Amino acid sequence: MLNVNIHKRLPGISIDVDFSVTEGILVIFGPSGAGKSTILNCISGLQLPDKGTISLKGKVFYSAAEKIAIPARNRHIGYVFQDYALFPHLTVKDNVMYGIPSRCKAGGGFRMTVLDVLEMLKITRLQDRYPCQLSGGEKQRVALARALMVEPDLLLLDEPLSALDHGNRKALQGELLELQRIWQIPFLIVTHSRKEMAVLADEVLFLEKGRQATFSPAA
Amino acid sequence: MLEPILLSLKVAIAAVVVVFFVGLAIARTMAREEFPGKNVVESLIILPMVLPPTVLGYGLLILLGKRGPIGSFLLETFDVQLVFTWWAAVIASAVVSFPLMYQSAKAAFAGVDISLEQAARTLGAKELRIFLTITLPLAWPGILAGLVLSFARALGEFGATLMVAGNIPGKTQTIPLAIYFAVESGDTDAARNLVLVITLLSFATVFWLNWWSRKKLQVWKKGDSSHVEREHS
Repeated sequence: MLNVNIHKRLPGISIDVDFSVTEGILVIFGPSGAGKSTILNCISGLQLPDKGTISLKGKVFYSAAEKIAIPARNRHIGYVFQDYALFPHLTVKDNVMYGIPSRCKAGGGFRMTVLDVLEMLKITRLQDRYPCQLSGGEKQRVALARALMVEPDLLLLDEPLSALDHGNRKALQGELLELQRIWQIPFLIVTHSRKEMAVLADEVLFLEKGRQATFSPAA
Repeated sequence: MLEPILLSLKVAIAAVVVVFFVGLAIARTMAREEFPGKNVVESLIILPMVLPPTVLGYGLLILLGKRGPIGSFLLETFDVQLVFTWWAAVIASAVVSFPLMYQSAKAAFAGVDISLEQAARTLGAKELRIFLTITLPLAWPGILAGLVLSFARALGEFGATLMVAGNIPGKTQTIPLAIYFAVESGDTDAARNLVLVITLLSFATVFWLNWWSRKKLQVWKKGDSSHVEREHS
């Protein structure tokens, strides 16, 4: 279970949210500039809130009162960035393997092998290519594979479908739903599209100018 | 004739090694960190590039000389004197060529997308690993350009070297110094030969850099998009 209760001031906007997710897909919905990405950054540990607490599965990641701030690398939170942030100088395979500690590569301590993950996301044939040789949808799948390879306890996705054309978007929507079922970890998806929200969300957090408008299970 | 050439190469290589590591560390810090007085520090770092070499030579003499703060310390504690040694030539070349390395490396680091480092962090990588596997490889073309330029600059260093290292044949007499003193003593043959050598060396360096940076259509840089196009057509 993820618990987030944070306050953060940014130039021109201040963010106040308080929510928790146990399972399924929580969509954070709001117009651009509402502070959606900042919330993801705070959860992942890439940015620090000013006040509040963040905890996942009983482990405190951030607490202003107790002066706790676990660095991003120790949070086991997968993050699919809006522009994918694939490493341009590494092949698809090396990108996907980047997060696997070398001791696990040999020991096989992970649930799924790289090939399983590549196979599941239908990118096995791309494994020796470089990111610049991929289409948008392929990049998105590689970014997903890379984030899932480390077996995160939570997956954050920042506008995962916004850069895709219609056909790809539909396909990936379906895949995201399926992945979430297979992986059994909460997904937090940021979007400004009502359609995506309707298709993907188990629960929705509406955000307006940094304020939480409502937090309710989707109808 | 061979002596100044070898000495020049030795001095330039030593200077560039120093400049490389110090330059990377400082450039990386300046490209990513914000702190009060950053502009002042930045200007000080660039200063050696715009000051006359004689000013640098004078400054180094004051610092490294027997009565200077660094010079007297080294003399008293280690019984070492830098001025008029090979090491003084290295220091002069390093100071003069440092801004070139710094500027190239800083631009190269700044050009690396921060979100790539962020992504690596969320994948559990430690900062050193991120630097070695993401930042450095992606910044490498710019860093290499800085390295080559500072090598060429170190090779040609004259003014500051003459002031702190002097003109001691076999010890501190690099190519530019040898040329100057050969001309002055009327030995135009020696001067001409050395001029040819250093021109060739510098030309080869710059030519290689140009050739290499044009060639760096490494797959990931410019992108070989033929795959994608073929598929989509």
